[in-house]
Amino acid sequence: MAIPIRLTVNGKTVEAQVEPNTLLVQFLREHLHLTGTHVGCDTAQCGACTVHLDGRAVKSCNMLVLQADGASVTTIEGLAKDGKLHPMQEAFRECHGLQCGFCTPGMVMAATALVQAKPDADAATIREQLDGNLCRCTGYHNIVKAIRQGQAAMLGGE
Amino acid sequence: MNAPDTQKLVGTAVRRKEDARFLTGAGQYTDDVTLYGQTYGYFLRSPHAHARIASIDTGEAKASPGVIAVFTGADLANIGGLPCGWLIHSIDGTPMKEPPHPVIAKDKVRHVGDQVALVVAETLQQARDAAEKIVVDYDELPPVVDTGTAASATALVHDDVPANICYTWGHGDKAATDAAFAKAAHVTTLDIVNQRLIPNAIEPRAVNASWQRQDDSYTVYVANQNPHVERLLMGAFVLGLPESRLRIIAPDVGGGFGSKIFLYPEDVALTWASKQVGRPIKWTAERSESFLTDAHGRDHVTKAELALDADGRFLAMRVHTTANMGAYLSTFASSVPTILYATLLAGQYATPAIYAEVQAVFTNTAPVDAYRGAGRPEATYVVERLVEAAARELNVDPAELRRKNFIRTFPYATPVGLTYDTGDYEPLLARAQELADVKGFPARRDEAKQRGKLRGIGYSCYIEACGLAPSNIAGALGARAGLFEVGEIRVHPTGTVTVFTGSHSHGQGHETTFAQIVADRLGLTLDQVEIVHGDTGRVPFGMGTYGSRSLAVGGSAIMKALDKIESKAKKIAAHLLEASDADIEFSNGTFTVTGTDRSKTFGEVALSAYVPHNYPLDKLEPGLNENAFYDPTNFTYPAGAYICEVEVDPDTGVTEVVKFTAVDDFGNIINPMIVEGQVHGGIGQGLGQAMFERCVYDESGQLLTGSYMDYAMPRASDLPDYTVETSKGTPCTHNPLGAKGCGEAGAIGSPPAFINALVDALAPLGVRDIQMPATPHRVWQAMQAAQGANP
Repeated sequence: MAIPIRLTVNGKTVEAQVEPNTLLVQFLREHLHLTGTHVGCDTAQCGACTVHLDGRAVKSCNMLVLQADGASVTTIEGLAKDGKLHPMQEAFRECHGLQCGFCTPGMVMAATALVQAKPDADAATIREQLDGNLCRCTGYHNIVKAIRQGQAAMLGGE
Repeated sequence: MNAPDTQKLVGTAVRRKEDARFLTGAGQYTDDVTLYGQTYGYFLRSPHAHARIASIDTGEAKASPGVIAVFTGADLANIGGLPCGWLIHSIDGTPMKEPPHPVIAKDKVRHVGDQVALVVAETLQQARDAAEKIVVDYDELPPVVDTGTAASATALVHDDVPANICYTWGHGDKAATDAAFAKAAHVTTLDIVNQRLIPNAIEPRAVNASWQRQDDSYTVYVANQNPHVERLLMGAFVLGLPESRLRIIAPDVGGGFGSKIFLYPEDVALTWASKQVGRPIKWTAERSESFLTDAHGRDHVTKAELALDADGRFLAMRVHTTANMGAYLSTFASSVPTILYATLLAGQYATPAIYAEVQAVFTNTAPVDAYRGAGRPEATYVVERLVEAAARELNVDPAELRRKNFIRTFPYATPVGLTYDTGDYEPLLARAQELADVKGFPARRDEAKQRGKLRGIGYSCYIEACGLAPSNIAGALGARAGLFEVGEIRVHPTGTVTVFTGSHSHGQGHETTFAQIVADRLGLTLDQVEIVHGDTGRVPFGMGTYGSRSLAVGGSAIMKALDKIESKAKKIAAHLLEASDADIEFSNGTFTVTGTDRSKTFGEVALSAYVPHNYPLDKLEPGLNENAFYDPTNFTYPAGAYICEVEVDPDTGVTEVVKFTAVDDFGNIINPMIVEGQVHGGIGQGLGQAMFERCVYDESGQLLTGSYMDYAMPRASDLPDYTVETSKGTPCTHNPLGAKGCGEAGAIGSPPAFINALVDALAPLGVRDIQMPATPHRVWQAMQAAQGANP
C-alpha cells in the first residue's frame, strides 16, 4: 500500500506516494530520475550511493525513503551551485581524483560531509574516514589529494 | 608519419573533459538507461557447485503478479553456446577441449551461480519474488574445486573432458632448458600460488536489451569494454544475427579491469528474451551476483626454477603451471595462462633458455579470464620472486643480480617468442633506487628495529607485452579474431571534429587524451574535438580496450586517419591558394604556401570541403571524413622498476607499506596526469593482491568470499601514497605515437615488489617465502613457523 511522503531534495520540495519497502536510493534513481547516485553493492559497503541527509553523509541504499520523510536530501546533482562546481568537485577534477566516475558521486558526497564534520582532518584521518567508500580505479592516492585540496578550498571560505 | 610542429596539448596534464559529467551525476551508465515499456530481468542461479537438474517447475512463478515470462534452458534449446576466442593446442597437437558453455544451464549446473532460469517481470521486485517460486530438483554431484588436484579428481566437470584437462601446453626449448639446468652451479626453486582474485569493478555488470519490431533488430546497452567484439560474438556465433540487426552500446562504464571484455551468458539470454517478450529488459547484477559470476582472475599453481652459473648469470628457467579455467571457457580464458603468460618469462633478463608447461583444468567454480595484467602479473611474479630468492640464496645484492642479467641490446629476441623493440632498464632501476633512497635503507631498518619493527625492502623489475596485437602473429598463436584498431575522423563544415574510435574508455580518459592528439595535430582547441566511442551504431568498427592497447593501437589508428585528413586538406588548400599540393605546409591549424604569407585556416578548408563552390571537383571528392585501420607490427614493451619498503609488527603480523616507488618507461606520454593515475590504480590493485585479496571456495564449491564483508577489497586506509615517476624512456619504435601503454603496469609490477620486501623484512627470522595474500595472519604464522624451526 502506497504511503505519502514529503521531503526536500536538492532544495526542492518533493511529494510522492511510495511503497513502504522503497529504498531511498530507489526513490532518488527511479522516481526522481536522479541517476547520479549509484548502487555498487548490496551490503552497504561500497558507498557509491552516499548522499547527504540533513547535512550528514548516509548510504541511501541502506535506508527506506520513509525514513527520510520530512528531511532534506542533497545528491551529487545538487552540489554545484549556479553552474559552478562545488570546491570539492573542482578539487576532484583538478587532482584527477576520479577515473571511471562510478564511485565518484559517493566519494564527493562523503568528502564534503567529512570536511564539515572534521575540518582539521589530516591525510591519515581522511583515509580512515573513507572506510565506507570503495574505489577500484585510483588506488586512492589522488582521491586523498583531492580531498585535501577540497578541504582547503572549503575552509578558505568559498 | 608527420609529428606535429607545435605541441600545445600533447605531453601536458590537461584536465579531463569527461569529468564534468561524472562529477555532477550526469554520467550515463547502463543502469541509468530506462526505456519505454521497460521490464526487468532476474536470474535464478544454482545454489550448488555441481548437480544434475532433474526437473524445473516454473508454473507458480509464471502465475506470479507482474510476471511476463520465465525462461529455462529448455526454451533456449536452439541457441548455441558461448564461443571461446582463442584456440590453444596441447603439446601432443590436439586442440583444447571446448565443452559447451550454455546460455542457461540445461542438464547440469557447474558452479554456484550458474544461471538456471530468467524471470522477466514488470518490476525487479516482482521478478525476484517470482524466482523464489521456481522449484528446481537437483541431484547433487561431487564437485571439483581445487586447482592443484583437479586433474586427479574422480569427478568430471564436463562428462566428455577426461581428467578435467582443457589442455597441456608447452612453450620454449625444453631440451636446451633441461641441458642448462644439468650444468647449473645453482638452482633456485619456488612453489607459487598466484591466488584467484575477483575483479570488482564498482559498477556491476548490467544489460538493457530491446528488440525493434519494425526491422527485427536489437539494441543492447551493456557495461562492456569492446562493443564490436560483443556484437561479433553474440551475433555471429550465438544468435545468428547479422551486424545490421544487432547494435551494442557500451555507454559510460564504471571500470572493467578485464571483467567486462567477455561475452557473458546473461547478455545473450536478455537479448534473445527481449524479442520473446517484445519489450526491453533491464538487468543489473547485484554485487553478490558479480562475485559469483564475473569472470575471476589469476588462479595459478606453479613450480618455478631458475638455473644460474657460478658467476650469477641466468642460464635457464623452467616453469610448470596449473591454471584454473573454472567451469566453462570464458571468451579469452585459454590465452591468459599461455600466450599472455609464458611469453613474458624472460622479463628484463637475458636468460638463454626458458621452458614452460601449462596445464589448464576445469573446476566447479566461476570461469576465470583476463584480469588487469592477464598472465603478465603471474609471469612477473614468477620471474621476480625467483630472482629475489636466488639473490638471497647466493647472498648477493638483489639489484646487482638484476643488473648483471639485464638485456642490454635491442632489438632483443627472447627464447619465449617475443622481440623487444626497445628498452633501457638500467636507468629505471637507478632512478627508482634514488627516489626510494635505497642508500638510507640500512639506517631506516635499524631505526625501525629500535621501535621493535621489522623493515624490509624489495624490488620488482617488470616487463609487459602490450598493444595487443599484430593480427597475423596473434592468429598464428591461436587468436580467432584480428587485433587491429579503427579510427575515423569526421571534420564538420564548421571545422569542428568528431573522432570515432574503436577503443573504449571505462575510466582511462580517452575523451581527453585522444582529443589532445587530434587538437594539436589540426590546430584546434580541445573543445572543438569530440570523441565518440562505445556504440556499434556510430563507430565503424573496433576491437576495444584491454591489454593496455588503447593509445598504442587505437591512438595509432587515429594518427593514420589524421594523416589522410591532412593529405586531403592540403589538396583542398592548394586549390584555394592556387598552388601545387607539394608547396603546402600545414602547421598550427594553418595551410601556407611555402615561402609566402598566403594561407588558409583549417576552418576555411573544412568549409570548402562541404560547400565546394571553388573546389577541384574533377579531381577530389567533397567532404573531409577519413577512416583508418591500424594493425601493429609488434607488441609494445613497457617496463619499469618498482621498489617497496614495508614495516612489519612482529607481534601481530600487520604489515604496512611505508614507501612505494615506481619508475616506468611507457615511451611517449600524451597526458602525464592520466598516466600517473593509471599507475596509481594498478599499484592499488597489485598491493590488493599482495596484501589482502583472495577468492575462497570451500570444498563443496561454495564461495566464501561473496561480498564486500568477506572479500578484502583494499580501502583508502590500507594503501600508501605512491611515488610515481615516468622516465623519459625509450619510445616505441613501431607505432606513430611512440607509445607503449600504461594501464596494467602497476598491477603487474607491484605484487612481487611487496612480497620481496616482506621476505626481506622477515629474513632475519629465517622466512624464505610467503604466499599472497600476505595477510597479518599469514605473516604471523610464517614468523611462528620460522621461529619454531630456528628457535
